[in-house]
Amino acid sequence: MSDAMNVHPEVVTTHDVHHDEHHVHHHKETFITKYIFSQDHKTIGKQFLITGIIWAIIGGLFSVLFRLQLGYPDQSFPILQTVFGHWAEGGHIKPEFYYALITMHGTVLVFFVLTAGLSGTFANILIPLQVGARDMAAPFLNMLSYWFFFMASVVMISSLFIQTGPAAGGWTVYPPLSALGQASQGSKLGMDLWIVSMALFVVSALLGGLNYITTILNMRTRGMSMTRLPLTIWAIFFTAVLGVLSFPVLLSGLILLLFDRNLGTSFYLSDIVVNGQILPNEGGSAILFQHLFWFLGHPEVYIILLPAMGMVSEILSVNSRKPIFGYMAMLGSLFAIATLSFLVWAHHMFVTGLNPFLGSIFVLLTLLIAVPSAIKVFNWITTLWRGNIRFTPAMLFAIGFVSLFISGGLTGIFLGNSTIDIHLHDTMFVVAHFHIVMGVASFFGMFAGIYHWFPKMFGRYLNSTLGYIHFWVTMAGAYLIFWPMHYEGLAGMPRRYLDKSSWVSFTQFGELDKMITIVSIIVFAVQLMFVFNFFYSIFKGRKVTTKNPWGSNTLEWTTPIRPGHGNWEGEIPEVHRWPYDYGKDGREFIPQTEPVGENESKH
Amino acid sequence: MQTFFIIAILLLGFLITFQIAKASEYVSILRGEETARKQTNKINGFMLLAFLVLGLTGVYYCNEKLRGKVLGESASVQGVSIDTMLFITIAITGVVFLITQIALFWFAYKYQASDKRKAYYYPHNNKLEVIWTVIPAIALTVLVGFGIFYWFKITSEAPKDAMLVEVTGKQFGWEFRYPGRDGILGKKYFKNIDPANNNPVGQIWDDPANWDDIWFESKPLHLVVNKPVKLVIGSKDVIHDVGLVHFRMKMDAVPGTPTTMWFTPRFTTKQMIEKTGNPRFVFEISCDQLCGKGHTGMRGEIVVETQEEFDRWLASQKPQYYAAFPDKDPTAPQKDSVNAISKTSATTAVTQMKTTN
Repeated sequence: MSDAMNVHPEVVTTHDVHHDEHHVHHHKETFITKYIFSQDHKTIGKQFLITGIIWAIIGGLFSVLFRLQLGYPDQSFPILQTVFGHWAEGGHIKPEFYYALITMHGTVLVFFVLTAGLSGTFANILIPLQVGARDMAAPFLNMLSYWFFFMASVVMISSLFIQTGPAAGGWTVYPPLSALGQASQGSKLGMDLWIVSMALFVVSALLGGLNYITTILNMRTRGMSMTRLPLTIWAIFFTAVLGVLSFPVLLSGLILLLFDRNLGTSFYLSDIVVNGQILPNEGGSAILFQHLFWFLGHPEVYIILLPAMGMVSEILSVNSRKPIFGYMAMLGSLFAIATLSFLVWAHHMFVTGLNPFLGSIFVLLTLLIAVPSAIKVFNWITTLWRGNIRFTPAMLFAIGFVSLFISGGLTGIFLGNSTIDIHLHDTMFVVAHFHIVMGVASFFGMFAGIYHWFPKMFGRYLNSTLGYIHFWVTMAGAYLIFWPMHYEGLAGMPRRYLDKSSWVSFTQFGELDKMITIVSIIVFAVQLMFVFNFFYSIFKGRKVTTKNPWGSNTLEWTTPIRPGHGNWEGEIPEVHRWPYDYGKDGREFIPQTEPVGENESKH
Repeated sequence: MQTFFIIAILLLGFLITFQIAKASEYVSILRGEETARKQTNKINGFMLLAFLVLGLTGVYYCNEKLRGKVLGESASVQGVSIDTMLFITIAITGVVFLITQIALFWFAYKYQASDKRKAYYYPHNNKLEVIWTVIPAIALTVLVGFGIFYWFKITSEAPKDAMLVEVTGKQFGWEFRYPGRDGILGKKYFKNIDPANNNPVGQIWDDPANWDDIWFESKPLHLVVNKPVKLVIGSKDVIHDVGLVHFRMKMDAVPGTPTTMWFTPRFTTKQMIEKTGNPRFVFEISCDQLCGKGHTGMRGEIVVETQEEFDRWLASQKPQYYAAFPDKDPTAPQKDSVNAISKTSATTAVTQMKTTN
């Protein structure tokens, strides 16, 4: 870190004349324009992050509540009745409430935390800073993107407080369950609010995504060719493309669902007798919704995962003091994953009565994704090989990400194979698989990003002792929770069962469920500790004293320690090289802004 | 339980205060920042190695502890293929898991920061990248090959001699319908559903194939050992799923879109009781697709028995037609002639079917 001082702002030699008029303090800002309706990408990023953190606490808390039910089905918790009233009479979580909790847990974490909170945060903060732009292409739309997300949040939260409760059909909201108020309490007003909230969310995702794509394509600084972009930006770029292409499909599916619910159409409904009432609907297909949903739903998994992959690539390279291994292969595999993610959606539907031949095509395409994924893993491991590794909290989370991605990715090979999926479909195996690979792994990528770029965001460091504790407890906890859960799935235990006492086949894991519950409470407590660390460090953290604390090559570390709106004082630096010249020619790192020397070796 | 809660909260409070204390301590050693950093680096490097060792031990321990609790031998012929596929996959992914996790943590430990070493500038190696593109591709080809082979075997058309049963899901239970002697499930229409008048699945009584169909709910489904059975699966209200863990089979029950699934039971319930040593053993039908508040208890049972036992059981069942039209039931007064009469009604049904064709 002693090299950290060796940043060379004076290297900047080019003059982009029309940029000269931009200065940090060039317009008067009030509290409202600076912190609330801000058009500064950095502030918007922080807004996404903090909203995401609040949502993560809510979503995480829900999981602790239903884990209590799963671990201690016979136990009564009077405090639950105090807080939730008739939803938890006698201190027992009612089934309707249990399903509302899991639905909200899934929706909140998948969309509000790991989509908006993760890519919303880091796309906003990193794109202009790493490509060398003053702000996003359309700062006003960018601001709207956050405020649509905020409105979506308000609507979703409001659904928690209505008499019939929030949506309770699972985060995938399959009709007819989600379409018929008679079939479930959660399918009454709560479901309409869910759809409205998601519609607002899609608008937010589209406004954001279009902005990210435009900025990356059009607003790169001089010399920043596409192949000189850090992998974070590439990952965010593919994420945005996936979002722009797939979210509208979800929206269309949800609008049809709204019609079926309220206008008497029959897109998804046919031949239904519910609660003794014969419905007039004929000719619809419940499976159509699943196609529309998973056409978003599968790319969504990669919308969550790709930004984490990008940040992990960057952080592994910086802290190994070594270039990322196989930049072009990393790029190619990102592209392959993004493309294939659109061609595999029906692997969620192997047991819906899907044509077996079609199923076999989806098996092939699904398992094909394992090839680019394997390339990424091998390249990450080779990046560590013969490095000189600094274990910052960010680096540890990045290593943890790779470990979890391997574990969760390999179980994906089980589920993507339709033959095995017949047995494992909708069991706890699926829960364990996607929590490891998409949930915890992406969270690890997000934590890595927060620890790494916190100094850039707030000009202070997070407390690293708390960071190390956070990492080790979460890492051990994640495996303790989800690894044994695979066995429940192998035993065929269906997911979304809150009480197994009436069954003969699924009662053997009582002790295990208790253990998982206890560990998840501890892990949740440690996340609260992280949140404490986060807010504490914003105000009281150790101050950053050098521009480039990690000795990093990328452009964001050439800005002032606390960059104002516009990011760079004076003109934007020109870029002369790729971002991964670490350990080259005996030098620890060579920033992107430094021109290629005459005697420099080629790679 | 309360105490547990309190302990958890105390633990959290303790952690936070302790860490704040530690944080201030950290600030005090700030002067020696570089040495402190080197020390934490060493500690974390060691922890990574320890995590690898403990983790792999944990994986082994977990398997020892839990493998007895997962299902035993598959109770269906198709399930045997599924288990084989599962073991092939476990073997291949297990090797990959070990190699990559060990490499990841070992490299992290081995190449931790040291003043003596300089990082090796190694941006790419095309040969290596081709190798680790081709090897996973080959492994996956094997998996896809086996997978699709078994998949087509399992999802192929049911054999001609397969027994036929209709399974209908509803909130929250299962209904079963046997086709009777004619082997044909009579036509039905959902708007005919009228449980009050003994027509719970909406059978069209004009269709003679319906006259001998046997319907029941809340009782076990009976199957014959070593005889293929084809389930025609439907739902009355929302999507359910017929999950048969011991047979390793699963198929959604979708309203408006009938699905099918077939399999061959290998063991009778009695044999399974002996094999598992569990006198309470029973084949269970679980609903595997979230279907509302009663999802968790949407349970059905299956009895697998020999052909003789099955025949005896079937003979004691009455077609639903007679429940709907008691006056048409010729057996009501004289119980002994059940077989003879239903045989004749079946033959008339068959001849009528032929004439309509």
